[in-house]
Amino acid sequence: MSKKMHVKLKVNGKEEEFLAEPRELLIYTLRERLNITGPHIGCETSHCGACTVTIDGKSVKSCTMFAVQAEGSEITTIEGIGNPDDLHPLQTAFKEHHGLQCGYCTPGMITRATKLLEETPNPTEEEIRFGMAGNLCRCTGYQNIVKSIQAAAAEMNAAKEAAE
Amino acid sequence: MIPAAFEYYRPKDMAGVLSLLEKHGDDARVMAGGHSLIPMMKLRMADVPHLIDLQDVGGMSDIEISGDSIKIGALVTQTKIIDHAGLAEAAPILSEAALQIADPQVRYMGTVGGNVANGDPGNDMPGLMQCLNAIFTVIGTDGERQIAARDFYEGAYATAREDDEVLTAVIIPMPKGGYAYEKQKRKIGDYATAAAAVQIVSGGGACVSASIAMTNLSDVPVFSADAGAALVGTSVDEAALKAAVTAMLGDIDPTEDNRGPVAFKNHVAGIILRRAIARAWSRA
Repeated sequence: MSKKMHVKLKVNGKEEEFLAEPRELLIYTLRERLNITGPHIGCETSHCGACTVTIDGKSVKSCTMFAVQAEGSEITTIEGIGNPDDLHPLQTAFKEHHGLQCGYCTPGMITRATKLLEETPNPTEEEIRFGMAGNLCRCTGYQNIVKSIQAAAAEMNAAKEAAE
Repeated sequence: MIPAAFEYYRPKDMAGVLSLLEKHGDDARVMAGGHSLIPMMKLRMADVPHLIDLQDVGGMSDIEISGDSIKIGALVTQTKIIDHAGLAEAAPILSEAALQIADPQVRYMGTVGGNVANGDPGNDMPGLMQCLNAIFTVIGTDGERQIAARDFYEGAYATAREDDEVLTAVIIPMPKGGYAYEKQKRKIGDYATAAAAVQIVSGGGACVSASIAMTNLSDVPVFSADAGAALVGTSVDEAALKAAVTAMLGDIDPTEDNRGPVAFKNHVAGIILRRAIARAWSRA
């Protein structure tokens, strides 16, 4: 066993400090150490995207990063995006447009989609499919995920216009 | 999927990196985005007792475009390649290739330096850099040296970089003419079944020069000088395409794996090269 290291990072706005072995993957830090269980473990091989979180403005598969690498960074998980009393427009849209069935991929899908819409506020279907290519869903066939993201984009753009 | 235990270091400068490499030799590996290395460590196919994270080392995250060349720091990510307006103008083949690497999440983390230094025959940037005749800068305790991309790859995961050296930058002579990076893959995120990088310069309706390199069709990327030469002086007609494909097939050395038998890979390589040449020629 190697020496444990001091890690300090911010998750959903809250400072966290702990000692971890260097080999501890971030997804385990989130789920087992910090009890933040929104990000899921799907394939654990950097393919499925169920573990997607946002780290310093980048969508990252947290199964492919060590917690020590994230030292000093700011992380947002699905828990930091919305909650049952205050859903994010993407969460509302996924619910209304049947963007999920079993729901296992959904936290990763929505976390990735927040970043996609930040970078491309008015995406075409092709841009959505390309931008969501790192997230796999085995239920929906993706059509309703595309519809949900389109609906959320329209909602968010309308809200932004109304605010201006 | 938990890797074997290792010691982790995050030095603040290159001197710190080099002293760790000198101390631990081939027991140490440097890491940028980690999206090639970490999966291999999780599968316990890579044993890295000492892992050196380069993220805090400055001076390797910039793209510099001058009159006759482009310098890309080793820590520049695939996403940065795709988003860089100057690069889209100067060398659009880079973003065309980068967009075909893995998926968005991986491209935020994966770097140009990692992609070319890793020596995995499946990586796309090595073949691309051979096509562009890029030069890699590596630094060791004895200072810097330059290695041509076309001389860098010796075998799968074996390169001309010494264990105590770090690849810091890629320098590309300003590309000329039409370009294409064409890739056949089984699914998003997969390595190529076959991929081709092509740059063609035209003049007076004929091909003046052509550079061709292939990916994942040998244990190293394959720069095929003969395939390029087969196009020069022609109008890139059917006969020239056939000659280029025949020359390329003589240079690659695919092996059977889960992407198919050798005959299939040769077939796909031919199709992919034809498409790449046609697209590059249409842009020349």
